Amino acid sequence: MPAIVTRGLTKKFGDLVAVDHIDLEIEEGELFGLLGPNGAGKTTFIHMLSTILPPTEGTAKVAGSDIREGADSIRAAIGIVFQDPSLDNRLTGRENLDFHGRMYGLTKEQRDERISKVLELVGLKDRADSLVETYSSGMKRRLEMARGLMHRPKILFLDEPTLGLDAQTRRSIWDYIRMLNDIENVTIILTTHYIEEADYLCNRVAIIDHGKIVALDKPGALKDRLKGDVVSINISDPEKYLSIFRKSKLVKGAKIVDGTLYLQVSSGERAIPKLIDLANKHGGQVHTVSLSRPTLEDVFIHYTGRAIREEAPSNQARIARIAKAHGLR
Amino acid sequence: MAAGQVIYTLWLREMKWLIRAKSRLVASIVQPFLWLAIIGVGMSSTFGTIPGTNITFLQFMISGVIGMTLLFSSTMVGVSVLWDKQFGFMKEILVAPVSRTQIMLGKVLGGMTTSILQGLLLLVAAAAIGIRPSGIVELLQVLVFMVLISASFVSIGLAFASRMEDPIAFPIVMNFLIMPLFFLSGGMYVANTAPGWLSFLSRLDPLTYGVDGIRTAILGTSPLSQFPIWLDFAVLGVFAVVMILLGGYLFRKIKA
Repeated sequence: MPAIVTRGLTKKFGDLVAVDHIDLEIEEGELFGLLGPNGAGKTTFIHMLSTILPPTEGTAKVAGSDIREGADSIRAAIGIVFQDPSLDNRLTGRENLDFHGRMYGLTKEQRDERISKVLELVGLKDRADSLVETYSSGMKRRLEMARGLMHRPKILFLDEPTLGLDAQTRRSIWDYIRMLNDIENVTIILTTHYIEEADYLCNRVAIIDHGKIVALDKPGALKDRLKGDVVSINISDPEKYLSIFRKSKLVKGAKIVDGTLYLQVSSGERAIPKLIDLANKHGGQVHTVSLSRPTLEDVFIHYTGRAIREEAPSNQARIARIAKAHGLR
Repeated sequence: MAAGQVIYTLWLREMKWLIRAKSRLVASIVQPFLWLAIIGVGMSSTFGTIPGTNITFLQFMISGVIGMTLLFSSTMVGVSVLWDKQFGFMKEILVAPVSRTQIMLGKVLGGMTTSILQGLLLLVAAAAIGIRPSGIVELLQVLVFMVLISASFVSIGLAFASRMEDPIAFPIVMNFLIMPLFFLSGGMYVANTAPGWLSFLSRLDPLTYGVDGIRTAILGTSPLSQFPIWLDFAVLGVFAVVMILLGGYLFRKIKA
């Protein structure tokens, strides 16, 4: 039985379609990534799956229950680590965990045992009795991860688990996520706009943009789909050379992103001199050239026509604003 | 899962806050004493006893101050819901496998405990200056009215909070509600001898029945009592039940 099945799942905030008819199946035990820029609809999507937000259209089954009718049994089966902080700063770390354990109906013995276990796991044992307001953001994040696991969920949602964390903390959280998935066999759905996070962690990745899934496969298979290398060229008047390069037999695909030309070629080393010659012949001055094997970033550019880093904060701000106007923050 | 455990968990959290928020604790204790000391004592020395009775203004006013303290602190409990939304903790509460009704009841009990504690402190202070219920039955009557007042107004505050977002705006909005309720309640003046329109409006104010009930319980039936104590109890009891149900209904649709 799949852990999650969605059929035409859609969420609209007024005119804005945040999630647009998503059909998706996630198997039990998968470590599944939703990769997309801010404002792509990732958070809205998992908020619907975790029954916090009702869908506008479509259906979904999570852990065998319908998100509309079976909200209570879904809530008992899932854990979620929200993108934004959701700790009580005026309680200690231990008290936050204790609160959680009580809300999920754990007995005193279960709580004591699991609290000490998860604190050990995230390395917060010696700070457990300090107020959360004294924690660093990395510690808070780790505490939230610990909390999400305390009730042993079958499915764990992680919304941007390493957003804003330093490299070292990110690394330890990645190891932790992998371990959970490997050893505890928890189905994990994580959203991220860090390409390397999706690449490093996930069995399968869905690239999501403007509320739609534009590509879905294993990270390796997604990269293979590009078939070849990517040459990026900085040149004056890139539009002019876009059409020139497109006529060349060497070039299988071409795009301009942020004023840089990205050309798909089968063998980058051989193609570069010829491409520069071609540019020179048309009077072009090539400033810089670089060659890369396809990365998930290139896959992303290929499917969405833009780099993930250019993010669309305006779109995210717009979603937040519209959602707020509808009382759905 | 046991509803009791969920309600207790939320209540326990409110109690931890109460103990930790030292400044809030001190302010909420000091404020009603200031009212008693300055207004009560000042007015009593100016006017002496209330005409036609041998009751001093301070004795008269004590039930008003208790009613006011319960009203203020109870309605403001709702702001904690808004801070929870603001700091994201509401999401943690709402995603747990518990019913919204249990969450609301936990908040109600936590808020009631906080405001009744303040009411009890006032009662102790009043006893220290010689104003006290004449017996254990009367004391229990006072407690019952304190429970009903706080249950009503905590529920109203939570009902508003379930529909609002901004914790800064909340007290401002609630003041629109609190001020007329307090001034019409007859806590600070004798409603029986007030002009007809004022007396009429006063009867529409649920707090009137709470203040009148506490006053009768403390001073005994006097010319200052507006209604028989059973009527106070019946009106306020019905109001409290309706407000809890209304609050529970609105809270079911709360958004994180």
